[in-house]
Amino acid sequence: MTKRLDPNGGGSVIAGLFRNQIFIPFAALMLLAIFNLVADPSFFAITLNNNSAGYPVLSGQLITIIDNGSELAILAIGMTLVTASSRGQDISVGAAIAISGSVLLRVLCGTDTRPETMQAPIIVGFIVAAAASMAFGAFNGVLVAYFRIQPMVATLILFTAGRSIAAWINNNELPIVPGEEFKYFGGYIPGIPIPTPFIIAILCFILTWLMLKFTNIGLYSQSVGINEQTSRLNGLNPELIKLCTYVILGLCVAVTGLIKVSRLSTINYSVIAKDIEMDAILAVALGGNSLSGGKFNMAASILGAYVIQFLTTTLYKFDVQATALPAYKAVVVIALVVFSAPVVREKISRLAKKLRAPKTAENHA
Amino acid sequence: MKLRKLLSAAASTMLCMAMVAGCGNSAPAATQAPAAPAADNTASSGKLIKVGIINNDPNESGYRTANDKDLQKTFCKENGFDASFAYSLKNDEQITAAQKFIQDEVDYLLLSAADTAGWDTVLKDAQTAGVKVILFDRTIDADESLYEASIVSYMAKEGQTAVDWLVGQGLDKYEIIHLQGVMGSAAQKGRSGALDTTAKEKGWTIVTQQTAEWNAEKAQQIVQSAIDSGKSFNVIYAENDDMAKGAVAALDKANISHGVGKDVIVMGFDCNKWALEELLAKNWNYDGQCNPFQSSYIKDIIDTIESGGTVSQKTIIMDEKGFDASTITQEDVDNYGI
Amino acid sequence: MREGSLLEMRGIYKSFPGVKALQNVDFTLREGEIHALMGENGAGKSTLIKVLTGVHVKDEGDIFIKGHDGAVQIRSPQEAQRVGISTVYQEISLCPNLSVAENIFIGRGKGAGVNWREMNKRSAELLDSLGIAVRPTQQLASCSIAVQQMIAIARAVDMECSVLILDEPTSSLDESEVAKLFKLMRQLKERGVGIIFVTHFLDQVYEVCDRITVLRDGQLVGEYEIENLPRVQLVSKMLGKELDDMADIKNDSAGYKDDGSTPVYEAENLCSTEGIKPFDFRIRKGEVNGFTGLLGSGRSECVRAIYGADTVTSGTVKMNGKPVKITKPKEAMKNGIAYLPEDRKRDGIVGDLSVRENIILALQVKTGFFKPFSRAKATEFADKYIKLLDIKTASVNTPIKSLSGGNQQKVILARWLLTDPKYLILDEPTRGIDVGTKVDIQKLVLKLASEGMSITFISSETDEMLRTCSRLLVMRDRKLVGELTGDQLTQNTIMETIAGGDRK
Repeated sequence: MTKRLDPNGGGSVIAGLFRNQIFIPFAALMLLAIFNLVADPSFFAITLNNNSAGYPVLSGQLITIIDNGSELAILAIGMTLVTASSRGQDISVGAAIAISGSVLLRVLCGTDTRPETMQAPIIVGFIVAAAASMAFGAFNGVLVAYFRIQPMVATLILFTAGRSIAAWINNNELPIVPGEEFKYFGGYIPGIPIPTPFIIAILCFILTWLMLKFTNIGLYSQSVGINEQTSRLNGLNPELIKLCTYVILGLCVAVTGLIKVSRLSTINYSVIAKDIEMDAILAVALGGNSLSGGKFNMAASILGAYVIQFLTTTLYKFDVQATALPAYKAVVVIALVVFSAPVVREKISRLAKKLRAPKTAENHA
Repeated sequence: MKLRKLLSAAASTMLCMAMVAGCGNSAPAATQAPAAPAADNTASSGKLIKVGIINNDPNESGYRTANDKDLQKTFCKENGFDASFAYSLKNDEQITAAQKFIQDEVDYLLLSAADTAGWDTVLKDAQTAGVKVILFDRTIDADESLYEASIVSYMAKEGQTAVDWLVGQGLDKYEIIHLQGVMGSAAQKGRSGALDTTAKEKGWTIVTQQTAEWNAEKAQQIVQSAIDSGKSFNVIYAENDDMAKGAVAALDKANISHGVGKDVIVMGFDCNKWALEELLAKNWNYDGQCNPFQSSYIKDIIDTIESGGTVSQKTIIMDEKGFDASTITQEDVDNYGI
Repeated sequence: MREGSLLEMRGIYKSFPGVKALQNVDFTLREGEIHALMGENGAGKSTLIKVLTGVHVKDEGDIFIKGHDGAVQIRSPQEAQRVGISTVYQEISLCPNLSVAENIFIGRGKGAGVNWREMNKRSAELLDSLGIAVRPTQQLASCSIAVQQMIAIARAVDMECSVLILDEPTSSLDESEVAKLFKLMRQLKERGVGIIFVTHFLDQVYEVCDRITVLRDGQLVGEYEIENLPRVQLVSKMLGKELDDMADIKNDSAGYKDDGSTPVYEAENLCSTEGIKPFDFRIRKGEVNGFTGLLGSGRSECVRAIYGADTVTSGTVKMNGKPVKITKPKEAMKNGIAYLPEDRKRDGIVGDLSVRENIILALQVKTGFFKPFSRAKATEFADKYIKLLDIKTASVNTPIKSLSGGNQQKVILARWLLTDPKYLILDEPTRGIDVGTKVDIQKLVLKLASEGMSITFISSETDEMLRTCSRLLVMRDRKLVGELTGDQLTQNTIMETIAGGDRK
């Protein structure tokens, strides 16, 4: 026993920090923040002004980040669980958002594309939309869990067909939801200066935290993702658990859809939430989670989502040439992903330990 | 193995459903179309003229939806046509569809190509097989002899009309946020080109020039970013209506007034009905048309050929308007809104 | 280097974060000898092997190899192969989705092209010469574990090596396969190949080896000629203490009596999809029984059917006289049955999860989805069993996959003991683990039984079963062919029953 050193003890605090999964997205966030601070401190300015409806709202780049990053963060919750349990990703979330948004429009507007008033309460619309997107989530889940299709292949079906289904639900029309209160979800609730999407995201985080604390979804999905055989022999139903994670992702999709539709009171089926699946997957990867399933860190994924938005906003802010934008993003992403790779992290933490070691010796002396 | 088979069946059913969903919804529109007397048609023998129509995905945009509806309405049985449709946003899939139509011995191949290149071989095949080709909406890089006619929007002209209108506003200063479409698309090139040239000539300031990829959400973020950075601007030049809508959402949030006689001029393209309504309400200032109704032009050409005439002009540029919020009428909205 | 030496390792040091795995270890392998490397789990055997094969890079020390001037540096498995060191690991490290021939030749191609016909032909010859009955084109995953192991050995043998390392090669082989392997090892020995043989089977060591090197706690205990080291001394050197006489753990209350009490578990005509013939089975409170038979005789399939691990096709089951339905592991667990599976890596551990999570998993599932244990509670459970079973782990947060095989097995045992089962099934709990732990587990089994737990114990080592079980069920060709109790429990009777009395 004497040979064993406590890896968390003494001088290896820094090493421990490096080893912590959330370190990478956190460090990325700090780097971006420092870059912005040096380049233009006004990036962090937050002001309180009235919006056109006459209510005071906060505005500034940081507010934009927490506002626009929230949809991605909500999706990252579901994507993390799906990745953990099914060792693959759902690439149909963008299309699913289009469907869920379309259902919402259909319920709220009825058959009229320009109704004077909402045809149903928003909550009814949301419940129907959530049911629809959870059903589509279940469809993906069944393909993955029971038919044992690779998640990317299984979700490719909806990825291909989803936006057409969305258009079909509304007869290819683009209805516009009337009324101001519907705009609250993607904008501001009168009197509350914080963007509603962020409030919704916080609610989702709290719900997720409660879910992880008061159910075994975390342990079960990780266990299934790491070793399905063992999980089965320990009384778990791997298929059901995978299915559950896809349904949860479906719910995340519905919430995201609500925010997206609410932002403009309508959607464009072909471009709404375009490529968001890739960003959601990236958020999971940036959080240092293995895309081949198993162990996950939810907070790191969520932070990863905001890092992506931070990056996007920074690039917009510095007016990076439109054509060069994806290239810049790619470079940053490559750097982040490389640093969050376990191999690299292990190396860094070892290095930190070595640097730290002599100092510790002195302390003991 | 059994499961695999079941699944592939399920998958293909899904895809079929999607395809039906994609185009089926336009069918009612076609049947509702005024049943023009068959005698009107040149094929008075009663034989239907077979046309194969290759188009982009109707879900791509409101423009494409209107375009598809218009084609479906014109090329129906009542008008003496037996039309088949193929949709794809990918060039290679379109080429495959074209080859299939040639094999099916269609009389006319109507084509809105996804890409300008790569069409030579298949059009030569068409010529050999005696299939007449008419291009609509988009041109291709191929010899003129390979097709009968090309009916196009002249994007640069659309852009120029819009920019001329902007010059006519006689603002003290021009500080423009320029929201571009997907880089490299014909519409983006035409509409950006006009603004770039004039801005240089007149010394206008382009505050931000960024692609929002036809996407309202991205446009909203870009404008939001400009506002957050405290940039001063008085014109939003969005290359389509969706992006203009996104921009306006950002303006509303920051309480920046926009529209006729307000702080910021809002310009869009495509003349979506809802966009023209915004003009009518004076929330926006200008909307440029991109005419999706090529079918009447195409039908004229087919009629000419069928009656033994010759098409005098290879490239036909459609009439396109620009609407000013101060002069637009409800009638315009109803007639030109898509 | 000394005359006749093939390989010399001098003063090897290696440490990992938190553990000093090797300290000043010497090792010498001579030409044409089979050299056993012995030690308990965590003694440093695997680390030494991995240093030698380039999986780990040593911290200090020198390695000399015949035909190479001065100390050689081995920084990767490729370099090890280049200096003539080939290895067959305990855990099969082949590619299950490739064919047998591909597995034999993978990573050895000199050019870019592959001559499939040639490759298959040469594989067929090789497999034939070793008496392994598989087609070269067969997918590896479709072979049994034993055959996969043989193929791994074939692969190593086929590579031109002067040093062959066999790390627990026999743990999944039955006796005839072991005999074949030994024959092969002796052939190679005559050719002058030096073989390092790592195993837990003492019998096998004394059957084929010439020398023994013993490690303990990462340090060298000594090198011995086989004839100068009696078994008892070997074991005591490995454990570092005088061993309790192993005979002592013989079950005193061994006599099995059908006392007519209601069995804890009783099955009639039980049958699963895995091809076993329907069988009857019962176990009473406090009884230890076992299934025995050759590898592939269906002994594992029987207990899997009892546990509901495979799809049960027929049969009635009673627990304490009451009919119950057990078709899924969860139902078995609800009825107080626990099952420690044969293949630890595939069915037992959840590799990336921590020791704590692995320990609480079964009880957690039993408790319910909406009632997760608090972290403190889980740690308490884990700590209790880490102490009770003497599990060697850096902390409860350590991923189970970084533990040694024996300790992984203990964690899984802890997982099931935590659920407080009425009936515990142990399928090969002692495979691939060291002597000390084996004895521990046997003792534990008897202790649990004396406390009233019913236990079914399966092991490839007959003497182990004789020591623990009061009743043995003999399997042959997927059929239950006999039941032995009392005086019948001898090696000879078992062998006869397995072989089949009706055979001429």
